[in-house]
Parts: sequence; structure tokens; C-alpha cells
Amino acid sequence: MSSALAPLLEADGLAVQIGERWICCDLSLRLMPGERLVLLGPNGAGKTTLLHTLAGLREAQRGEVRLQGRPLTDWPGRELAQVRGVQPQSQPDWFSATVMETALVGRHPHLGRWAWESGDDMRIANEALACMGLDHMVERNILTLSGGERQRLAIASLLAQRPALYLLDEPLSHLDLHYQMAVLAHFSALARAGAGVAMVLHDLNLAARFADHVVLLDGTGKMVSGTADEVLQADVLSAAFGHPLRRHVIEGRVAFLVE
Amino acid sequence: MICRPRSAVVVGAILLVAVAAAFLWALWAGSVQVSSAELIASFYGGEGTGAAVIRELRLPRAVAAFTSGALLALAGALMQVLLRNPLADPYVLGISGGAAVGALSAILVGAATWLVDGAAFAGAALAMLVVFGLSRGDGSWTQSRLLLTGVIVAAGCGAVVVFMLVMTTDTKVQSMLFWLTGDVSGAARPWPALAVLGVGLLAILPFARDLNVLARGELSARALGVRTRRLRLLVYLLASMLTATAVTLVGLVGFVGLIVPHLVRLVIGNDQRTLLPASALAGGALLMLADTAARTMVAPIQLPVGVLTAMIGVPVFLFLLVRHPR
Repeated sequence: MSSALAPLLEADGLAVQIGERWICCDLSLRLMPGERLVLLGPNGAGKTTLLHTLAGLREAQRGEVRLQGRPLTDWPGRELAQVRGVQPQSQPDWFSATVMETALVGRHPHLGRWAWESGDDMRIANEALACMGLDHMVERNILTLSGGERQRLAIASLLAQRPALYLLDEPLSHLDLHYQMAVLAHFSALARAGAGVAMVLHDLNLAARFADHVVLLDGTGKMVSGTADEVLQADVLSAAFGHPLRRHVIEGRVAFLVE
Repeated sequence: MICRPRSAVVVGAILLVAVAAAFLWALWAGSVQVSSAELIASFYGGEGTGAAVIRELRLPRAVAAFTSGALLALAGALMQVLLRNPLADPYVLGISGGAAVGALSAILVGAATWLVDGAAFAGAALAMLVVFGLSRGDGSWTQSRLLLTGVIVAAGCGAVVVFMLVMTTDTKVQSMLFWLTGDVSGAARPWPALAVLGVGLLAILPFARDLNVLARGELSARALGVRTRRLRLLVYLLASMLTATAVTLVGLVGFVGLIVPHLVRLVIGNDQRTLLPASALAGGALLMLADTAARTMVAPIQLPVGVLTAMIGVPVFLFLLVRHPR
């Protein structure tokens, strides 16, 4: 099996297409345990599509994605779900369920076909809910939650899954400032403990603060990939987003100002 | 509420008692009075009018009512997850429409009862294949496309049914209307349908937790390792077969398939592992009660059983809805 030094996630010559439009033509990246990758780009550039391709939820036109050295296409679904978790961009709810039941859904890949959630699963779900400040409302019906609470619940459900690789599609949407920082700090802590994190973000300043690697899609099939310092430059970002930006270093931190 | 195995056992026990009580009432009640001694004797091959009435009339009828109620409630619960729509019922995808066209055509040409049943089943199967084929047309097999195709096929069948009713002579219209509102009295051989119910439950229960995940959405389910295409196909075929079996047995009994899963959900939550078997038991009990009430309340007139399912189910449902603001 793979050693601790093997990359968690690797993409080789990845080409992704939606309909006739190319998202990226030749993307190669490696994410080691402990690293955070941020996907940036304007609306419709294909960030979600690329994230889904990295998650194995969508086939690439060309190239290969490997998780722990093994091609995604070789992973059985349940085993894959034990190792990589996905937080979708939106989580529509049709039926009543309690907050606890919803967090426990994350335990699904760890349970056998006839198994019921054990005390351990309950404890893990409870910890995940506590992380997202939802542990005082475990019996609440999810249909009565606010947008921010739903988002935190979706993240708690992912945390209960306890994968090695976290793929987050706009994890900060609907969250207030406090929880935006809490979520990013928590995933950074998970990364320090050996997990890998890839996330779609919109805020360039938060990306500058929380990214080790950045993939920037510009929506025309062109793409810049590299370390955060390489990609997060004013001219590169201004071109991709179609709006002039200036890069400053304030008290040792990179900050972007919109012209 | 977290449904632990223990609470599932409690719910199951309560429902089994309800089914047993409804069953005994269905055997006991009716125009021919039977004593409890005769009731017990009838199980051991007892002689006499009472025992004969129970064995040959009331027992098959009670089993038919239980089976069709359970089939419809289970099919309804499955359709609601499949279409991710709480308003879905077993008839929403046009299976009932196909069955109605088949059955009414057979009645129109004056066919025998077993041929009417056969035509109903053939119509249901045909509607199922048409909806399945058309909704997969572009390979997307999405639930909105499935729902739209089903609703359109159902509407088309509805038009054909009305056309046949208008073009038919009076005596046949009576039996057509009885078929369309659901009629348990004609179901003399309910045992194969009971076997279908058992097979259906056994086939879906291993996937019950997968269905919990699917209820959260297709993408989430796939991300959690559920093979959603295969699962949705299984659910569609199973729900269709259960519905086809039920309408072949008793015609179009409404209401059970929509309301019973909701009723059960209000009491024990949306965990499919308990919801599916509990819905089947509750649907069976409700239709047995409704049918017994339908044939005894204003005897000798027999009310359509669909009227009774609504009269029993609506107040219970509204009571639970008001009590649980969830």
C-alpha cells in the first residue's frame, strides 16, 4: 500500500469538458497529506465540474486522477467514500429529518449493509455537530434550519464521514464571518493532522491565507496551477476575473484590493 | 428521533397487534353472525355456515384487503423517495392509468373476471415499460423527466378511460366504476399477491439505508458510495410491480399509497429501514379496517372502500399533523 509520503490526490494530464466547452485541457497536480488546494475562478469557469472530476463523480475526457496512488476508476464506491468526502454546493431537503439523523448520514460508507449506527457513530456525529456549533439542536427538524445552519450541518455531515481527503464546494456560502473563519481554521487543523483539503472559494483574501496550492480557471479553458504565491498575483487574477486588482502585503499578510 | 433497532421492534410490535386486531374484526363482522367459538373453529377446519362464511368469503377478502393496502403503502413510500417528492403516490407514474385502460377494455368486451385481472396487469406493465423507455430516452434518467413522462402517460390513460366510460352502455358502466373506485369483494385469490408483497419487502430492505442517503439527493448519495442508477432502477421496477399487483387485485383504491407513508413518517420519522415495513403493516391494517367498515356500516349496501380509507385516514392524518409541528 501507499506510504505516508505518497501523494493523497494526483491528477495527470486531466482534460475536462462540459458539453462543447473545455474547463481545462492539461491539468496535473499533486496534493500531499497536510496540504490545502483552493480552486478559484469566475462564475461558470467550471470549478464545481473540476471538483467533481477530482472526486470521481464525473469522468474526465482525458487523463487520470489517482487517490492514494490508485486510479479513481478502480475504487469501489463504498471504499472510495471511506477515504474521500464531498460537500456539495447545495443540499436541497425534501423530507423532514432531525439534525442528528442528517449528520449520521455521513457514517453510511462505514456501516455494513445490515448494520445500524452504533454508539461510536453517534459519538462521532455528535463531535462533528459540536464542531459546527449545532450540538444543542440535535433534535431540530432540518426543514426549520436557516441557510447558514444548513450549511454548517452539511459540513458536520462531511466531518462525520471522517475521510482522508475533503472536497468542499463553496464551504463558506451562507456563513457569517465567525463561522467562515471557524470552518477554514477547522479544515486547516485537519490538514495539519494529515488530511488533504481541496476547496472552491470566492474570497481571494481568504484563499491567500488558507491555500497551499491554487488552481485558477479563467472560463476559457486556460488555467494556472501552482503554489499560492505563484498564482495569487495581481496581473494573473486581474486577467482571470476581468477586473483590475492590486496586491498588498499588510502586516505580513497578502491582501487584494479591488480597483 | 433516532430510530434505534429497539424502537423499531416496539413500532413493529404495535403494528402487528393492530394488524391482528383488524384481521380478527374482518373475520368476525358481517351479516352472518358468528360466535368466537366458530371463529376459532374455522381455523381448524370446523363445519357449519359460520366457519364456511369465514373461510370462503371473509378470509380471502381480509387477506386481499391487507395485501393490497400493504402493497400500495409500500409502493407509495418507495415512489416518494424515488421522485424525492412527498406528494408522489403509487399512481403518479401512470401505472394505474395503464391498468385502468386494460381492465376497462376487458369489461367493455364482456370478458371474464380473470381476464379483466389479466388485462389490468398487462396494462400496468405496458404503462411501466412506456414510461421507463421514454424517460430514459436521452440516457439522463433524471427524476424530473421520469415524473413528467409518468404524469403525461397517466393523463393520456385518463382520457382513454373517460372516452370508454362515455361510449359504454349502462350495465357495464356500473362494473367499470366499481373497478375504478376499488373493490375488494371480487378478490378471491389474494395469495400470489401476498407472496409478491413478501418478495418486494425482502428485495428492498437490504437497500433501506441506501434509500435514506438517496433521499438526501443524487449527488450526495453518489459521493457516499451509493450506486444510485442501479438503486433507482430497482426502486422503480419494484414500486411499479407492487402497484401493478395491487391494482390487479382490487382496482384503484386511492389514498392509502399517499397518506400511509406520511402517517408513519409523522410518528417514527423518515428512516427507510423502519418506514418501509411499518408502512406496509399500517397500510394493510388500514385497508382491512376500511373494507370491513365499508361492508358493515350501512349493510346491505357496500360502500366503495376508497371512501372509507379517506374517512378513516384524513382525521388521523390531520390529528398527527397538528400534534407534530415538524
